[in-house]
Amino acid sequence: MEHKQLLIIGGGPAGLAAAIEAKKNGVDDLLILERDACLGGILNQCIHNGFGLHTFHEELTGPEYAKRYIDQVNEHSIPYRLNTMVLSIDDQKNVRFISEQGIEVIQAQAIILAMGCRERPRGALNIPGFRGAGIYSAGTAQKLVNLDGFLPGKDVVILGSGDIGLIMARRMTLEGAKVHAVAEIMPYSSGLKRNIVQCLEDYHIPLFLEHTIVKILGKDRVEGVVLAKVDQDRKPILGTEKEYACDTILFSCGLIPENELSAQAKLEMDPITKGAIVSDSLQTSVDGIFACGNVLHVHDLVDFVSQEASLAGKKAAEYVLGDLKKSQDFVSIEPKGKTRYVIPSKIDLKNGKEDVVVRFRVGSVIQDGAIQVYIDGKKIVRFPRRIMAPGEMETITLKREWLSSNPSSIWIESE
Amino acid sequence: MFKQLTCINCPLGCSLEVLIEQGKVCSVKGNTCPRGKAYAYSEIEHPARIVTTSLPVVDGDWRMVSCKTKAPIPKEKIGEIMELLQDVIVQAPIQIGEILVENIANTNVDLVATREVHKI
Repeated sequence: MEHKQLLIIGGGPAGLAAAIEAKKNGVDDLLILERDACLGGILNQCIHNGFGLHTFHEELTGPEYAKRYIDQVNEHSIPYRLNTMVLSIDDQKNVRFISEQGIEVIQAQAIILAMGCRERPRGALNIPGFRGAGIYSAGTAQKLVNLDGFLPGKDVVILGSGDIGLIMARRMTLEGAKVHAVAEIMPYSSGLKRNIVQCLEDYHIPLFLEHTIVKILGKDRVEGVVLAKVDQDRKPILGTEKEYACDTILFSCGLIPENELSAQAKLEMDPITKGAIVSDSLQTSVDGIFACGNVLHVHDLVDFVSQEASLAGKKAAEYVLGDLKKSQDFVSIEPKGKTRYVIPSKIDLKNGKEDVVVRFRVGSVIQDGAIQVYIDGKKIVRFPRRIMAPGEMETITLKREWLSSNPSSIWIESE
Repeated sequence: MFKQLTCINCPLGCSLEVLIEQGKVCSVKGNTCPRGKAYAYSEIEHPARIVTTSLPVVDGDWRMVSCKTKAPIPKEKIGEIMELLQDVIVQAPIQIGEILVENIANTNVDLVATREVHKI
């Protein structure tokens, strides 16, 4: 059987950054497996600007951001295979994949999972009605418009006000469609303020908060939708239904890490992030399998995906070269207060040297609050925050010297 | 005349109440930091946007080439630009950063490719 020091599954922003960093840190026998026909992942269809402000201090579009990393992959002669889809991984790190050459298996010393995430589909939303033509996830519509040059419809209603939905409201409008409404079941949008203003308000597209679709009209083709207001329990209120004629419905109702392969490898998973449980070296519960990017937890900004993936690449290189010792000496980091989850959720006290970047989200909007770190029950630091919201990932750094006492508990509290 | 704006600088999204006379900002209320005031001035007096879109390609390894205005253009020109681009088709090969339309809609800003497209 063929062996590799390192396999990277996925050639999107996470996989590219991880591969580059692993190569820079001394891993030569590595390979990126990408199922699409090109590298870059979802960035290829994200033709709008706003990427790279943190990394490159300029505002790039998705394809431009991807190009910066693809160029580095080529400069470092990092091998990759396109049109190649991984079918399974087992806990011995045998990776089975399919391509035009048929099915192959490579046994990897280390694996970096960088498969990204998927959109929550209509089927997961329980919306009654036929399965007529004209129903798309916002990302599918984005691909059709931006990469295939095909406008899926002329009269559009969008459910969900995540950033992809907002971006597509503007994109469809610019291409000549009429977006009649964006409905959001929550009392607030999970999208960036900038997108609310520049994608909806600029084009006078109404946003209906606390509204949802209760019925899709039309059998072979969508003919309309019925929107209704929802109560505090997110249940439709009888008598508030209003019908909108449309030929297209887009869903932008959240993203879910794509972890079927992780389940096969029997990784311990976090029920909140829907990603793997990882330590500060981004190593999962299986030795030598690392995870980063949207497959680990859904990010807002690609810059942070790249940063996280670079760390995974560096740590995978240490593992391959024998510099990352196996440890049992972990302290767990627990979310407290309105902190919903933390990544990583444990820190290696014995082998870890670097400060630990902790990323997390809060469960509800907090104004004039703070993030507080408790080590062994004692408050170590307080980071004030004017505003925290579920739609914005928070990042703090834990100094390694705070951990010198070998603590038995770390809490990250948002209040 | 009073106008309501939502500040886009941070997730706080302050509601700004802007007093405008003859197209000029006289006062800004509701902002909680200086960035809000600056945003109100630029948004009322010179609202500008970068326009991104994609254009069909002939003989390329991509069917469409993504592109952007190299700098922000006046907001009221967006419709005119999209109209102008309706019939534009681009011939591969295309370099990233290559000018696809010069001085688009007399904005003194070029429309440039944001992706490389190889000829097939």
